[in-house]
Amino acid sequence: MDLDAKIPSGSLKDKWDKARFELKLVNPSNKRDHKLIIVGSGLAGASAAASLAELGYDIECFCFQDSPRRAHSIAAQGGINAAKNYQNDGDSVYRLFYDTIKGGDYRSREANVYRLAQVSVNIIDQCVAQGVPFAREYGGALANRSFGGAQVSRTFYARGQTGQQLLLGAYSALNRQIDRGKIKMHPRTEMLDLVVVDGHARGIITRDLVTGEIRRFAADAVLLATGGYANVFCLSTNAKTCNVTATYRAYKRGAGFANPCFTQIHPTCIPVSGDYQSKLTLMSESLRNDGRVWVPRNKADIGKPAKSIPEEDRYYYLEERYPSFGNLVPRDVASRAAKKVCDAGYSISKSGEAVYLDFAEAIGRDGQKAIADRYGNLFEMYERITGDNPYQTPMRIYPAAHYTMGGLWVDYNLMSSIPGLHVLGEANFSDHGANRLGASALMQGLADGYFVIPYTIGHYIATQYQGELSTEHPAFARAEAEVRERQRKLLDIGAKSTKAGAERKSVDYFHRKLGKIMWEHCGMARSASGLEQALAKIPDLREQFWRQAYVPGGADELNPWLEKAGRVADFLEFAEIMCHDALYRDESCGGHFREEHQTEEGEAVRNDEDFAHGAVWEYQGVGIKPKLHTEHLEFENVKLTTRSYK
Amino acid sequence: MDIKLKIWRQPGPDQAGFFEDHRVEADPHMSFLEMLDVLNEQLLVAGKDPVAFDHDCREGICGACSMVIDGHPHGPRAGTTTCQLHMREYHDGAEITIEPWRASAFPIIKDLVVDRSAFDRIQQAGGYVSVGTGSAPDANTIPIGKRELDEAFDYAACIGCGACVAACPNASSMLFVASKVAHLSLLPQGKVERKHRARKLVAAMDAEGFGSCTNHGECSASCPKSISVDAIALLNREFIRAGLARD
Repeated sequence: MDLDAKIPSGSLKDKWDKARFELKLVNPSNKRDHKLIIVGSGLAGASAAASLAELGYDIECFCFQDSPRRAHSIAAQGGINAAKNYQNDGDSVYRLFYDTIKGGDYRSREANVYRLAQVSVNIIDQCVAQGVPFAREYGGALANRSFGGAQVSRTFYARGQTGQQLLLGAYSALNRQIDRGKIKMHPRTEMLDLVVVDGHARGIITRDLVTGEIRRFAADAVLLATGGYANVFCLSTNAKTCNVTATYRAYKRGAGFANPCFTQIHPTCIPVSGDYQSKLTLMSESLRNDGRVWVPRNKADIGKPAKSIPEEDRYYYLEERYPSFGNLVPRDVASRAAKKVCDAGYSISKSGEAVYLDFAEAIGRDGQKAIADRYGNLFEMYERITGDNPYQTPMRIYPAAHYTMGGLWVDYNLMSSIPGLHVLGEANFSDHGANRLGASALMQGLADGYFVIPYTIGHYIATQYQGELSTEHPAFARAEAEVRERQRKLLDIGAKSTKAGAERKSVDYFHRKLGKIMWEHCGMARSASGLEQALAKIPDLREQFWRQAYVPGGADELNPWLEKAGRVADFLEFAEIMCHDALYRDESCGGHFREEHQTEEGEAVRNDEDFAHGAVWEYQGVGIKPKLHTEHLEFENVKLTTRSYK
Repeated sequence: MDIKLKIWRQPGPDQAGFFEDHRVEADPHMSFLEMLDVLNEQLLVAGKDPVAFDHDCREGICGACSMVIDGHPHGPRAGTTTCQLHMREYHDGAEITIEPWRASAFPIIKDLVVDRSAFDRIQQAGGYVSVGTGSAPDANTIPIGKRELDEAFDYAACIGCGACVAACPNASSMLFVASKVAHLSLLPQGKVERKHRARKLVAAMDAEGFGSCTNHGECSASCPKSISVDAIALLNREFIRAGLARD
């Protein structure tokens, strides 16, 4: 597998300029003759589709939602970072770069991250021009807040719905190009396989989710912007339909999957309330700006009303352990600290998984109105879900799976190890290392779509264009036959299990079982023995799935159960790769915490000697350990230090 | 909690629909959709056809939910999407009727799933500011007063669910269209194309077969984001302004 990252030479700050000059261009009048497939219509997909259509390319864009506006980017609450330094508080491109590299625990590429920080400023300009209503000061200038452990205020926000407003901006740009006839949009259409011809990504096989029709699409390049795989945990903050299928299918066709064990657990989510739980709701991290996290200091106080526990008997564990960052430590640190106190028996709920997030002091200091202005919608949402009023009693929170830093390996030009296959946004592995900072996901998705891929895709087309291709090519026929065969198998399990009189089990049953295995062994803390147990359990569960999972309905109709079955079947294979990666990475870094590698105080211990690289896995067959390749990470500008938030 | 359900079933767009009765044992902490998950699990294990419904984020922002619950789009609680409705709103033994959005511009696909692509086509007709990637000025070049911005934001909060259409006796989509027109025409960035936008969006709305507005205000009352019916007055104003303009 060729893992040349194609990082331009020269000084860090000149690399992107140099690349933009060296990347070949496609003649403007020829662009219309090049078709590009874009799968996914979230921030990365919609922004890429719009920007590439503006350049003149012929675009076909696909999403499985009923409208591109419903992609999961819409649910992001907190904000988007940019090195504008509007607040005059010491921010700069270099500082955003540095914070992102350090926050990622030195497991990302310097050149990519620097470029991300550079283009961050253009993103804000673009979004404002589209009509995105970012928060403003009374004088009319844009407002900023500090977010998720940053010591400067660089986060732009739009109430608690920054993701929705940014996505509506990208969606409007997409719509404009659809109106101009430059983009053909295919909603309710799911990509089920990638077609590779002569080593190049040349098309996809899709299923129309309404009619069940299986179709072939050919193009000159394929772009995946299909999001992350946090739903491998079953319970996560992701939308119900988020899945790994598109990237996993590409992996099975030869694309390297990088750092799959790098997953982010978000510290402030509403805890699980019962077995019927279908998803976990995130409460924006911005709450930690004013909320104080605590548990009772004495086990005797567990179960007593929060108000009755005096100040000195409360253990504000983040403030005590991390005096300089306090409640604002990065997500991985905050999540692990919550797990630690709960594992030690100090959880405030019977489930053993909850801590308090208390606003009493902030309400006393600033008044209820000020707090309502800042977090009103979040408090309301919390009350709606739990029935508790957070103005009166502290919120109960616990970490939940939220985002995945791992993804398909891409080079500096966002191209995967399959030529022609480009990967954008959360679906790729590149910029966040082992831990993503708050408000950086929206930034990366839009950077990739608006300001990176429009430059880099042209280089591929100009230098490696493979010529016209018909969907009659045998590679399409083979891929289509495999998709149909797999679909038939999924529908057959139901038929068989009914005939045998065996107990029918739902696909959800298996998804929940898989989620429990992954949360326990490959979640907030991992160990060699736990991961080995998971690797023993997953193949058994997968085998049981293919014997017992009952999928009702047929192939030629709207069938949400068939859709889900295909996605869960992929998770059941993919989960093993995550565990192999977590087992291989014999160090703790960022969101990946190996219990064997911690200080006496329980802080993560990295091993830069052996693991300052991306671990990239190559498919070898279902149930067979994938082949490892590595991309060594050069740090020419920052010095690797131990992250400390004390 | 013992819950009795009366649910609209319809195998496909061209087939006749009917109500079907079911019973579910629910927990007050469940969300309404989790209660339906439990029902579907029951149906599935019994070898029966589960109920199809649209849903995704389950936190009130994606706009996928589309159920009329006891005659109210998104159920009884104001300013709430179906996914944020919880069973503690109901008493033990409650009987609940669930129907899909009903509007000829939103044809039923299956059971509670409807086709809302008309909304996308309306937005495609002009629900945007024509600014290409790369040609934006610095974000702070145009100051926008906080009050102006807040007003525009109230309209930008639309999640495109279609409850306004489902609630309207005329199945009008005026509140949806008005929200987009109001959001953009209140901001300086959107003012350049305001006349063009008002004309195009209204024409697209009419072409999709939505009904006319007769000022019932049910749209606003059922809007999960509580968007004010003032948007419609604003749309009318924008539309008349565009009609009077020479260009």
